[in-house]
Amino acid sequence: MALDSKVPEGPIKDKWTNYKNHIDLVNPANKRNIDIIVVGTGLAGGSAAATLAELGYNVKAFAYQDSPRRAHSIAAQGGINAAKNYQGDGDSTYRLFYDTVKGGDYRSREANVYRLAEVSANIIDQCVAQGVPFARDYGGLLDNRSFGGVLVSRTFYAKGQTGQQLLLGAYSAMNRQIARGKIEMFNRHEMLDVVKVDGKARGIIARDLITGEIERHSAHAVVIATGGYGNVYFLSTNAMGSNATAAWKIHKKGAYFANPCYTQIHPTCIPRSGDYQSKLTLMSESLRNDGRIWVPKNMDDVLAIREGRKKPTDLSEEERDYYLERRYPAFGNLVPRDVASRAAKERCDAGYGVNATGEAVYLDFASAIDRYGREQAKIQNISNPSNEKVYELGKAIVEAKYGNLFQMYEKIVDENPYETPMMIYPATHYTMGGVWVDYNLMTTVPGLYCIGEANFSDHGANRLGASALMQGLADGYFVLPYTIGDYLSDDIRTGKIPTDTKEFDEVEKEVKDRIDFFVNNKGTKSVDYFHKKLGKVMWDKVGMARNEKGLKEAMVEIKAIREEFWKEVKVPGSANEMNTELEKAGRVADFLELGELFAKDALVREESCGGHFREESVELDGEQKGEAKRNDKDFAFVSAWEYKGEPADAVLHKEELEFKDIELKQRSYK
Amino acid sequence: MDLTLKIWRQKDSNAKGQMVDYKVTDISEHMSFLEMMDVLNEQLVNTGEEPVAFDHDCREGICGMCSMYINGEAHGPDRGITTCQLHMRMFKDGDTITIEPFRAAAFPVIKDLIVDRMAFERIQQAGGYISVNTSGNTQDANAIPISKHAADEAMDAATCIGCGACVATCKNSSAMLFVGAKVSQYALLPQGQVEAADRVKNMVAQMDLEGFGNCTNTGACEVECPKGISLDNIARMNRELMKANI
Ligand SMILES: Cc1cc2nc3c(=O)[nH]c(=O)nc-3n(C[C@H](O)[C@H](O)[C@H](O)COP(=O)(O)OP(=O)(O)OC[C@H]3O[C@@H](n4cnc5c(N)ncnc54)[C@H](O)[C@@H]3O)c2cc1C
Ligand code: SF4
Ligand code: FES
Repeated sequence: MALDSKVPEGPIKDKWTNYKNHIDLVNPANKRNIDIIVVGTGLAGGSAAATLAELGYNVKAFAYQDSPRRAHSIAAQGGINAAKNYQGDGDSTYRLFYDTVKGGDYRSREANVYRLAEVSANIIDQCVAQGVPFARDYGGLLDNRSFGGVLVSRTFYAKGQTGQQLLLGAYSAMNRQIARGKIEMFNRHEMLDVVKVDGKARGIIARDLITGEIERHSAHAVVIATGGYGNVYFLSTNAMGSNATAAWKIHKKGAYFANPCYTQIHPTCIPRSGDYQSKLTLMSESLRNDGRIWVPKNMDDVLAIREGRKKPTDLSEEERDYYLERRYPAFGNLVPRDVASRAAKERCDAGYGVNATGEAVYLDFASAIDRYGREQAKIQNISNPSNEKVYELGKAIVEAKYGNLFQMYEKIVDENPYETPMMIYPATHYTMGGVWVDYNLMTTVPGLYCIGEANFSDHGANRLGASALMQGLADGYFVLPYTIGDYLSDDIRTGKIPTDTKEFDEVEKEVKDRIDFFVNNKGTKSVDYFHKKLGKVMWDKVGMARNEKGLKEAMVEIKAIREEFWKEVKVPGSANEMNTELEKAGRVADFLELGELFAKDALVREESCGGHFREESVELDGEQKGEAKRNDKDFAFVSAWEYKGEPADAVLHKEELEFKDIELKQRSYK
Repeated sequence: MDLTLKIWRQKDSNAKGQMVDYKVTDISEHMSFLEMMDVLNEQLVNTGEEPVAFDHDCREGICGMCSMYINGEAHGPDRGITTCQLHMRMFKDGDTITIEPFRAAAFPVIKDLIVDRMAFERIQQAGGYISVNTSGNTQDANAIPISKHAADEAMDAATCIGCGACVATCKNSSAMLFVGAKVSQYALLPQGQVEAADRVKNMVAQMDLEGFGNCTNTGACEVECPKGISLDNIARMNRELMKANI
């Protein structure tokens, strides 16, 4: 099948408007006769469910947690971008579009990104109307801050809990529709497969996680909004339940999977401390607005710090290597995530890591506290303030901005970050790859849509900060509700989709057989044992830096782990009850297939780009010497994989990317 | 550290539960409490026993899912945190730790340490929202100026994570801190004014219907709340209710 992105004709700035003017609409009376399933109620699914219900469709929404409000979106800290230009610093739709395409290393679809930038301003209006308490300045207007990879202040935030507040906004909109009976909410339900009738998505098979019952649900269209697959690494900043199951199952039923090897490694996470660790914790990137990143210049100091003979605060300015400011003077500590992550790894690989494992660099707030303190003293008319006073005033400002993050750090590490610099290290955070979708957000299966982090379309090879929340809400509030109407306009006479058909029988049987296998298998090893083993191969060989040899080994090793898993996995308990081990087993089984495709995709992509660094592809000279080398001539495409049985047999389809409005050029942050 | 754990085991909502003793060894003080539970569960799986079911997801104190009652306190010793943020450095080698589900009539046990907090959902569905259309035709956000003070206060109320510790720790199983926080967030914002009276009446009515107890101003909820939601919110809710009833 040839990939058709369905990008509308015409100049980029008119595409979305023209598109909306020409699609088929479903009249309100007919919407009542149409059912839509939304799987996942994070920012993407929650906003989509609420809006579709508002429009008049009957929505059935699913989430594995006990409430939509607990979806992983809740954890997003830093903020959400929008081209409002409230700060008058020159922001515009075009500039947001440009930054996003450039930040994504020219591997996203231009038309989608432009649309995202275009609707971004609406998102803020919508959320404020819903009562999302964004930060305000003293004049009562919305406040902004800036994020990595951009030169304007366009990030809206609610303390360090922006994701939480945006999700609660979408959740409240859902609650309104649940109360009206327009959304039927299925909490603690997990989608285990999709059902197709005559080639179209017409329903899902789900498991009630409390009773273990397997249920059939039908609809005229199915929307997948199940988030990212970062947990393929075992350790990541994702929630423990974040998984690839829904995305992987639809892949096996015909939806192409795009760019699986694009994951984002986030530069500012709390470093790993031991083998028992279950997850990594992110420290919002907004900290880089005020924190300066450094390691000691001299190896002697590194050793002294590791052995506890010196404290970081003992080192003078001259003894510190502020390596981001040194290498990238224009952006300094605010370079994009991939650049910051790689630079940290480079310093640690060179032996300058400051903690016991050698995998940590400092994020230092001392100069910010000093700078704010002096500014405050001026504002408050305190002449000749003492150093203590400056510190006190400055600390109060830093606390107001990042207090909850500092508190979180202290709880985990048991050190006070106001007094000693934080330690940070990169960790897997976000997946830019995902289910392939066209401009309508429809997958290669008719009637099957995919939105939010679960799809691939908007971020290219690297996601800039504060743009995932923007994409999730853009998809859910403003894009999908239109595009899905175009498809559903053919379904107004279809009537209810029955579930007592052979198509539902078959898929239900597949699902049940698999569950029966797990609870009856007489294995000897826990699910986590396999997950950790997979994670180690992924991080070592398919992580931030990759090479051909390692990737080939990884494919063989992952396959071997998968085979052992199916022989040796042990799942206590039964199928007809709440069984958390069984839930994990199904998810890890899918990660074990996805992981191999991930490595295969990375193997094909013989260029460094975005978050991933192909060791064979480095700039050898010139101003960019030592930086990652992208290869536009051969790799300006989206890789979309078609399932053919074993992940190693997947077939590659290429969607060539066209850049008509932005010139493809080397990304420079110097 | 070596520890003895006394854990509530209950097969499902109909079964009778009981405390069961377990031993865990070699626990590092840097582990979180849930990582310690992972160690126990790995041990149980390896011996073919069913692991202890407990709710958790984000493991960074924000989703509100984890909900253990540890040594007689919601989310355990240490203030201002959820169970996933509790660290083993709060315990000593040789300690015996008692672990129970959140107990309240309105939070029935589903299994082991997992309880059903759907009552909170229904309270929010009764009016915890602003009835704005999600069509994208809203006015420009800066056309609704909000004083920094009001926005900050609304934000403080809105940080409630819906964990239910306030209910679990209250001798009356009152949900007023939670409901107060929700009511306050909207009461403090101009957008929430139009429906304020109906909202508070409906939410409080639903709260009563769910079987939560009444507030007797003991203040235990505020002490145990991981997000520092203050009792002022209960007072504000009461004022709003009075206003609505006049
Ligand atoms: C710690 C952290 C901080 C972040 N900070 C920022 C930030 O500051 N700015 C920014 O823009 N982005 C940030 N991000 C990224 C952003 O939060 C996510 O990309 C985004 O929230 C994903 O939203 P989503 O709706 O696609 O998925 P999610 O919020 O992950 O929702 C997934 C939903 O799917 C459900 N689900 C999953 N599988 C199934 C299944 N099989 N059956 C039924 N239901 C299922 C879940 O229950 C859930 O409801 C951050 C991410 C993390 C991890
Ligand atoms: S008020 Fe506090 S304790 Fe109660 S649900 Fe909210 S966050 Fe939890
Ligand atoms: S697991 Fe999310 S708050 Fe504890």
